[in-house]
Amino acid sequence: MSNQSPINFSLRQLGDALRAKKISSVELTQVYLERIATLNPALNAYLTLNAEMSLAQARNADALLAQNKSSPLTGIPFAQKDIFCAKGWRTTCGSKMLENFIAPYDAHVIQQFNEAGAVNLGKTNMDEFAMGSSNETSYFGAVKNPWNHQAVPGGSSGGSAAAVAARLCAAATGTDTGGSIRQPAALCGISGIKPTYGVVSRYGMIAFASSLDQAGPMARSAEDLAMMLNTMAGFDERDSTSLQRPTEDYLRDIDTPAAGKPLSGLRIGLPKEFFAEGLSEDVTQAVAAAIAEYQKLGASVVNISLPNSKLSIPVYYVLAPAEASSNLSRFDGVRYGYRAKEYIDLTDMYEKSRAQGFGAEVKRRIMIGTYVLSHGYYDAYYVQAQKIRRLIAQDFEEAFRHCDVIMGPTAPSTAFNLGEKGDDPVQMYLSDIYTIAVNLAGLPGMSIPAGFGKNNLPVGLQIIGNYFAEAQMLNVAHRYQQVTDWHTRMPQSMGALK
Amino acid sequence: MSWEIVIGLEIHTQLSTRSKIFSGASTAFGAEPNTQACAVDIALPGVLPVLNKGAVERAIKFGLAVGAHIAPRSVFARKNYFYPDLPKGYQISQFDQPVVGQGALTIQVEPLSGAEKPDGKMAKPYEKAKPYEKIVRITRAHLEEDAGKSLHEDFHDLAGNDLTGVDLNRAGTPLLEIVSEPDMRSAAEAVAYAKAMHTLVRWIDICDGNMQEGSFRCDANVSVRRMGEEKLGTRREIKNLNSFKFLQQAIEYEAQWQIDTLESGGKIQQATVLFDADKVETRAMRSKEDAHDYRYFPDPDLLPLAISDAWIAEIKASLPELPAAKRARYVADLGLSEYDANALTASREMADFFEAMLNPSRPPLIRGGVDATPSPDKGRAGEGFSRIESKLCANWLMGDVSAALNREDRSIAHCPITPQQLSGMLQRIADDTISNAGAKEVFKILWSEGGSADAIIEAKGLKQVSDVGALEKIVDEMIAANPAQVAEYRSGKEKVFGFFVGLAMKASKGRANPSQLNEVLKRKLA
Repeated sequence: MSNQSPINFSLRQLGDALRAKKISSVELTQVYLERIATLNPALNAYLTLNAEMSLAQARNADALLAQNKSSPLTGIPFAQKDIFCAKGWRTTCGSKMLENFIAPYDAHVIQQFNEAGAVNLGKTNMDEFAMGSSNETSYFGAVKNPWNHQAVPGGSSGGSAAAVAARLCAAATGTDTGGSIRQPAALCGISGIKPTYGVVSRYGMIAFASSLDQAGPMARSAEDLAMMLNTMAGFDERDSTSLQRPTEDYLRDIDTPAAGKPLSGLRIGLPKEFFAEGLSEDVTQAVAAAIAEYQKLGASVVNISLPNSKLSIPVYYVLAPAEASSNLSRFDGVRYGYRAKEYIDLTDMYEKSRAQGFGAEVKRRIMIGTYVLSHGYYDAYYVQAQKIRRLIAQDFEEAFRHCDVIMGPTAPSTAFNLGEKGDDPVQMYLSDIYTIAVNLAGLPGMSIPAGFGKNNLPVGLQIIGNYFAEAQMLNVAHRYQQVTDWHTRMPQSMGALK
Repeated sequence: MSWEIVIGLEIHTQLSTRSKIFSGASTAFGAEPNTQACAVDIALPGVLPVLNKGAVERAIKFGLAVGAHIAPRSVFARKNYFYPDLPKGYQISQFDQPVVGQGALTIQVEPLSGAEKPDGKMAKPYEKAKPYEKIVRITRAHLEEDAGKSLHEDFHDLAGNDLTGVDLNRAGTPLLEIVSEPDMRSAAEAVAYAKAMHTLVRWIDICDGNMQEGSFRCDANVSVRRMGEEKLGTRREIKNLNSFKFLQQAIEYEAQWQIDTLESGGKIQQATVLFDADKVETRAMRSKEDAHDYRYFPDPDLLPLAISDAWIAEIKASLPELPAAKRARYVADLGLSEYDANALTASREMADFFEAMLNPSRPPLIRGGVDATPSPDKGRAGEGFSRIESKLCANWLMGDVSAALNREDRSIAHCPITPQQLSGMLQRIADDTISNAGAKEVFKILWSEGGSADAIIEAKGLKQVSDVGALEKIVDEMIAANPAQVAEYRSGKEKVFGFFVGLAMKASKGRANPSQLNEVLKRKLA
């Protein structure tokens, strides 16, 4: 597979090729549809494909391109996480509950891509209702890691991460509640960013934990992420938590020429808690090498501490299930979604529909959430967790007095094997130990490929920025990607096609 | 053994916004089921609520009208429970941080059918209970969304089994729930409070008050305790009372039931009860034990509601004069009785109609001379004029106008006579152009055919004969024609006076000014 194939083009290169009419959107879409037809059965990255709808969008894009009415993403095929409602598309959220749900409207994110003239290639697999770190909770079966089919792709945006890594789309969308963009990006060797809470509208994104959920792009490079974020971000009056801010160009720092040491003056904070017990040796080494590379680019290193970050998992597993238990109440079998075939009365209908429609992990979290909100427990759990959440955010506030970005591992290990942690929820929850605090604080966080660990599986470097520092973080990632090639590596088995 | 009844009310007022509290769907009543339920109302996956500013504005208006503190920061919470007419599986409602804090409402209590007295004791048949004033404290008022409706009738599957239908048109309709302190001591007080609240919310234009359509419904918390006891009894909550009559009946039944239960050695269990209007009784729906745990928590989809002082000031400036203030002003400045002032402020429309009649931009009705409606204030300099005309206007509005409206089952808003037309007629009473009898005729024509009083007086020849010369002529002719009756009168049979009045009226075709005729007759017959 040569680098001249469009599947290895950056989004900019694809846009240039489309505008120069070197390739049409229909041709490009067909290239991906063929790759999906061949490679997806083994990976299970896509849940729903609709070639007819994808090609209709591609033809539409070609018409726009012919009239020179294109925007940067026009004609480029993207994969959409199956958490976003897309009009006319089956939207399952990885659950039996929504196995046959055809969304009657577009999520804000989908609308933004449609308005940009992009092509929706299909809906990607995910942990059920985004609850999981390995994609194994999907009702439709786990996604395989393109680097090793025995390994998990991470979760919950595992389908999107695998699709990007396997070149089954130009790039994809994900959502991140506790690490669901960054952890699968790390495990699949791609780049992903979770923006500041409120930057991307949640309208039409099926809610897991409303105060933590945030959509973001998943792609091969920081530059691609910036281009996508330019389309995805922006105020939306339909989401009351969407932030009203001036429009930003997330490419602005990337496109600023820099001579010599492009990151000189940048202070990188290394939280001691992120390099303590529980971090595997291969990840430690890869991250250390990446930090060394950053120092070569002119950055300096500051040792910092996030003393309350150790509480982020317990806090998260009070707050996220509390919100989820309420958010998922609408799946009751009354108006849409799964309803049990037989029941004797209303209560029986509710109980059977939800017992049969939800998987074990979803039910576990609904029960935890219901418990912590119950009369007599609310103050001890929910209120207490909210207080600690504030302390965690204050840790970051303090840290950013001493550094510009924080770096560390995205996940404690490279991709683990399918089935390895399925029986132990706590071990599974620990996969997100470095990512969750960022959601609790509402900060932007990203993961970029930083080499390979044991069994030749990718390692992710996490970059955490201050509020609204996305453009800066993307630039920090971009400069690293200018001098390394980890992000261009492709799983060998995925190149076997013309 | 005497008992005291203790009542607190929770009133749900539907706010008069055009769209719902968290979505853009219409709130209009009566549409085909589920045609006014958008993606947000039916809780499709992924949808989010956005607060309607108009609903907040109405809540602030209400808070200001009852002198309450407006919270600069209030919070929407989720009240979680499953029911088919609750699409999200939770209701968004303000819980521990409501938008409106403590306030108060002054009410005028009209004892109901002579049954109760202010102290809650039963009045003895010969005791006539008098109206009185009372202040009811308001605990709080909070914004929330309404649920949809479950339709249990007329739904069957093909096999004829009963089904339940769900209509989500009402889901998401904005409500302001107004919670009172347990300050009421009788059904009469509860009804007076509910009526005063009903008047107020329409007055400040935040609710259409339509009780049939459910725009204004009450829950009554009722308990009883022995007279003198300080501790409150165990309460039961009567849900969803949508008429003042039901409110009265339900409280009376419930209080008596509680008294009977306690007197026969029973205990009251805290419970929610329903009122059966057909059987006129209350029935327990669920006890405290099976009460839901609603698992309230702040809704993460909505930011805390922040209200600036500037916004409050802006709304305050737009508030109309409130019923209590108007009532006081009518008594103090216009010299009206408490009774008249109450009746005239029973609704904003009534008060507006009254004030349009008094429109100060037109010339005063009374230009001196004979007063058609004697008043103790007659002759008092300056203010006397406005007092006299106010009383005349009030009398007509509450007398003939109200009677005619009642007859045709119309509200004052749909009165076929304008305040200006009515003023025109009253001016002719005041300046003695027409008699009261003549005015009644003018009024009839104004009501059915319209036009102006002056034109009607002219066309129908209703002008009074106040010309003393003309009256003297009639009287002289009468005296000449009836010597026997004149002799009788002069011999002391004063009854015969009426005979002459009748004759003179007949001769003048009913147009003689009665007081002048009296004066002339008395002089000539003497």
